[in-house]
Amino acid sequence: MSGVIGQAVSRIDGPAKVTGSAHYSGEIALPGLAYAEIVGARVASGRITSIDTAQAEDAEGVAGILTHLNMPKVNNVPLLPSLIGGPAPGETFFPMQDDVVHYAGQPVAIVVADGLEQAQHAATLVQISYAETPSITTIDQGRADAYEPEKIFGGLMPAQTRRGNVEDGFAAADLLIDAPFRFAANHHNPIEALTTTAVWDGDQLTLYDSCQGIKAVQLTVAALLGLSPSKIRVLTRYVGGAFGAKAMVWPHVTLTALAAQYVRRPVRLALPRGQMFTSCGHREEQEQHIELGATSDGKLTAIRHHKISITSPFDDWAEPAFGVASQLYACPGFEGVHRLVRGNTMTPTFTRGPGEAVGVFTLECAMDELASELGIDPIELRLRNITDVDPNTGHPWSSYGLRECFERGARRFGWAGRNPQPRSERHGNWLIGTGMATAGYPIAFFMHTQRARAHLYADGTAIVQTATQEFGTGTSTVMTQVAADGLGIGLRDVRFEFGDTDLPNAGSPVGSNGAMMVSAAVHNAATAVRDQLITLAVSDSQSPLHGADPAGVVVAGGRMTLAGDANTGETYSSLMQRHIMSDAEAIGSWDPPPLDTPHGLLTFGAQFARVAVDADLGIIRVRHMVGAFAPGRVLNPKTARSQLMGGMLWGMSQALLEGTHMDTRHGRWANASLGDYLVPVNADAPDVDVELIEVEDHVTGPLGVKGVGEIGQVGAAAAIANAVYHATGYRVRELPIAVEHLLAHLPSGPASAAAGAQPDLT
Amino acid sequence: MQITMTVNGVSHTRDVEARLLLIHFLRDELRLTGSHWGCDTSNCGACVVWLDETPVKSCTVLAAMADGRRVRTVEDLARGGRLDPVQQGFAECHGLQCGFCTPGMMMTARWLLDHHPDPSVAEIREALSGQLCRCTGYENIVRSVRWASEHEAAQPAGGDGGTGRQAGER
Repeated sequence: MSGVIGQAVSRIDGPAKVTGSAHYSGEIALPGLAYAEIVGARVASGRITSIDTAQAEDAEGVAGILTHLNMPKVNNVPLLPSLIGGPAPGETFFPMQDDVVHYAGQPVAIVVADGLEQAQHAATLVQISYAETPSITTIDQGRADAYEPEKIFGGLMPAQTRRGNVEDGFAAADLLIDAPFRFAANHHNPIEALTTTAVWDGDQLTLYDSCQGIKAVQLTVAALLGLSPSKIRVLTRYVGGAFGAKAMVWPHVTLTALAAQYVRRPVRLALPRGQMFTSCGHREEQEQHIELGATSDGKLTAIRHHKISITSPFDDWAEPAFGVASQLYACPGFEGVHRLVRGNTMTPTFTRGPGEAVGVFTLECAMDELASELGIDPIELRLRNITDVDPNTGHPWSSYGLRECFERGARRFGWAGRNPQPRSERHGNWLIGTGMATAGYPIAFFMHTQRARAHLYADGTAIVQTATQEFGTGTSTVMTQVAADGLGIGLRDVRFEFGDTDLPNAGSPVGSNGAMMVSAAVHNAATAVRDQLITLAVSDSQSPLHGADPAGVVVAGGRMTLAGDANTGETYSSLMQRHIMSDAEAIGSWDPPPLDTPHGLLTFGAQFARVAVDADLGIIRVRHMVGAFAPGRVLNPKTARSQLMGGMLWGMSQALLEGTHMDTRHGRWANASLGDYLVPVNADAPDVDVELIEVEDHVTGPLGVKGVGEIGQVGAAAAIANAVYHATGYRVRELPIAVEHLLAHLPSGPASAAAGAQPDLT
Repeated sequence: MQITMTVNGVSHTRDVEARLLLIHFLRDELRLTGSHWGCDTSNCGACVVWLDETPVKSCTVLAAMADGRRVRTVEDLARGGRLDPVQQGFAECHGLQCGFCTPGMMMTARWLLDHHPDPSVAEIREALSGQLCRCTGYENIVRSVRWASEHEAAQPAGGDGGTGRQAGER
């Protein structure tokens, strides 16, 4: 009502973050604080035959050491995604309960000392012997024993997606595309490592934890330790990035609490970067195989899309690859099947754009291949196949906007007039190529009831509270806007308070749901207070609004007036003072629509990329990316654009840089550092343009928000891969794309030198 | 061992272990937690501070190596209650999301502008490429530094323009 929603408001947390005064979980000053260091298993499979802590215990400053020999037993808690709203351990396994080693890096001891360096040193003195058994740490090693699980993704999703009859579809096709892809594992690597500080006061536990969901931490630790949630308080204001690494609650959180209990002191654990590769999940190594059938005019008749990936010994975890891939196009036959290999890694987890960022890559690369084969422009091919209804259910989309994404993205990028011939543009030694892809990301209504409290004082200022946390997305800024709008007061008159499990319950903002679900509760709380006071005013004979229809009263700047008659009205303050009210308060709550709501639920977008490939060396530079997205109502274009640009760079990174590789001799990740696991630096980043297409959505909460957290990444890697093909004439079917994939296929390479090896390029 | 260093203009003498890293000395001993620790391998740059006049990654500098030297951290950027233009630029241009990399980015950016007051986009990108941001996609970080450069250029010559340059600097 105040118009503050949709404004490009600068971050509320900006001043604190640029002065260094924003405190993260590893920066809470506590008297008597001790430091913990985890000792990870050196082998990937086997048993601990002996563990000797004597030398470590004698080291200077050591306060205590826990191993499986003296670690208290914890409860078994099933893996359930944190969005559901219950306990959410990242894996069902809990370490140090026995002598079995399931994966390299698995915690086998935790050392606590007065100082960090003392803890680190003492951890090296713990002597452990293992009886090592053969391990399986790659798909290739376990392929023969692959199986089809019943459910994946923490039990949320079926392992199969089927629609129509794919065999009929392939029989009706004029053209088939058959494309297998391989994907290296990915690790999130937020710059702030996962950090927990645990403080006991009697039987009351306080945790400062770098997480995506303080309620999930509270409930998970409570369930594991058999404590009442009322005994546990989690305080987390600022989190230094997450990207899925902090969406679930990993064992080190509870280990830190147990260590603090053991040494009877506050204990802090900050995972060293190397342990970030074995402590908080990852995107699993996987292969996807897609087959498309299409008619000669480019209509899809069948899609068969299979995925095989590697999971832990204890959980059937795979990111779902076929949500969006089954929904983007009106294809009568679809078959998606997930298969799993059990291996000696920890349980994989959500990684930005979980599942869909990889599944859509596969589909959109295959679509580009189909466009090339048919001689149809890639956008035109997609326009011939997109659909106004969810092809899986026949329900209309809650909101769409995909055609506008193609149009505006193409215009911004300069797609028109593109020469479809590969290797058709060369600037000096650079082969130039362009590519595009469709983007989509689900809206998952799995969350529980969201709550917020709005508290308005008689002077017209307000505190609005909910138990969320700020991990960089802009929550604290946009929720201040939503609260000010709902109350009808100024932005500066609202303080948004968060980061404390004692506040009203909000869910873990994962799967791009944060803005939608938290804003719904905040809006409902703020408008509930507003409506209380409007109701009081219209029933008050002394109010200028007496007798008015409450629905005809608007509030701006803390003043209630008749809509269309700004002179008739009064301020909240005058009304409240007359009624001797010091404040007014309401809890607002919001429940998502039922899971079987008759709507297709996706956020849509279109991605475009221009790349330059060195004609001799195969070096790939991304020059320009354009993303056009329809994320529903945009609460703050400044924060939304930044999220989307960041997501697009994740797509670039997915395409060209990120891959964790297994050393199968030892079953350990071979490149577990930020020096060896490549992520983009500033000089790698291309020019990035974002187009926002606003679409009205009446299904996704009172404000019509969809989400911007993942959609920026989805499709971006495919646009780049398709551009690399356009530049070079060679399709790399592996991520990340590396120089060595291209070397043999460049103008001076052996494949080009051999006559007929690249017939389409002559 | 006993070391003495001047941090943000204040002299500190402490007994420290020889193996103590500068980043942990600043954060845990002096409670200057604006500089962050991120990787231990000089890759992420969240820990960048100035050692004398040069940005360094303080996760790979021993506290003992700073004995007798000057250290400047993010807490020293604002002067007299006024934000440095680099800080203003990052806040204004949304050059941050989670904010964890921001202090290190700003310390390098401040050094860049002190030595190259009008850097091109490419020069900014190169200068800040020893530091990682996982959130923003870097575009707004470049804009933030350009914003600071333009605002400093627009300020009258003579004073330090609130940039907080240390005494003795040009």
